[in-house]
Amino acid sequence: MAPVATPFFFYLLAGIMLIGGILVITRKNPVHSALALIVTLLSQASIYLMLYAPFVAGVQIILYAGGIMVLFLFVIMLVSIERSMKERQLNSQWVAGIIAATALGGLFIAVYMKGTSILPDHALSVVEDNNTQEVAKLLYGQYMFAFEIASLLLLVAIIGAVVMAKKRI
Amino acid sequence: MESVLHITTLHYLVLGAALFLLGVIGVLTRRNVVIVLMSIELILNAVNLNLVAFSRLWGGVHGQVFAIFVITDAAAEAAVGLGILIAFFRNKETVNIDEVNLLKW
Repeated sequence: MAPVATPFFFYLLAGIMLIGGILVITRKNPVHSALALIVTLLSQASIYLMLYAPFVAGVQIILYAGGIMVLFLFVIMLVSIERSMKERQLNSQWVAGIIAATALGGLFIAVYMKGTSILPDHALSVVEDNNTQEVAKLLYGQYMFAFEIASLLLLVAIIGAVVMAKKRI
Repeated sequence: MESVLHITTLHYLVLGAALFLLGVIGVLTRRNVVIVLMSIELILNAVNLNLVAFSRLWGGVHGQVFAIFVITDAAAEAAVGLGILIAFFRNKETVNIDEVNLLKW
């Protein structure tokens, strides 16, 4: 199915994403930041749908907005945030941080002004109806080894998180 | 006007770069560890957006497979990072990142 009103939805979702991102880094209360981050992640999932990546969009919603953000909210509830909300929010080297970020933004602008001529003009056509099958074929075929390593990584992360958060092992 | 209304890969790349910059600003300036970790998630999401946009541009799904690997890494990073945060809070009773200065010279 051909997409309808692509520019409108792109700018709408991009606006929601950027506003959510700005709220994430400016709110005092981490709970508000987490909720803004969830909004950002959900609109990013919609942008994945616009890019014909429905499987990644589903993984984004289930795993990121559903799993990781719940973990974040749990930890925010565990640590006490009242004291840190009353304190100074920016660290002492924030001016240097802003300067470094501005320099990085200038680098991005320079690269995108100069380098976009190497991109092809039109996107190649994609097969729309079996995206999940295609991803699965690559994941269990060509990227089998990386897939197994990723499972090992998750095992190490589970053990690491338990060891780190447990009072006495 | 044409370049504004016709959405190309560059638009997605610029959106990803803006999100990346927001994440970098959050990591470099904020003091609360939880918000720093959330800014890292913003950075990882910006990378994911680029991967999926390029995967659309070249008509394959390799980029989407890489995006799934990045999401796996983000889950592992969040679990370990929040575990460290809980251990840190238990020892110091604070969530401010600039009070982690035991190894500072």
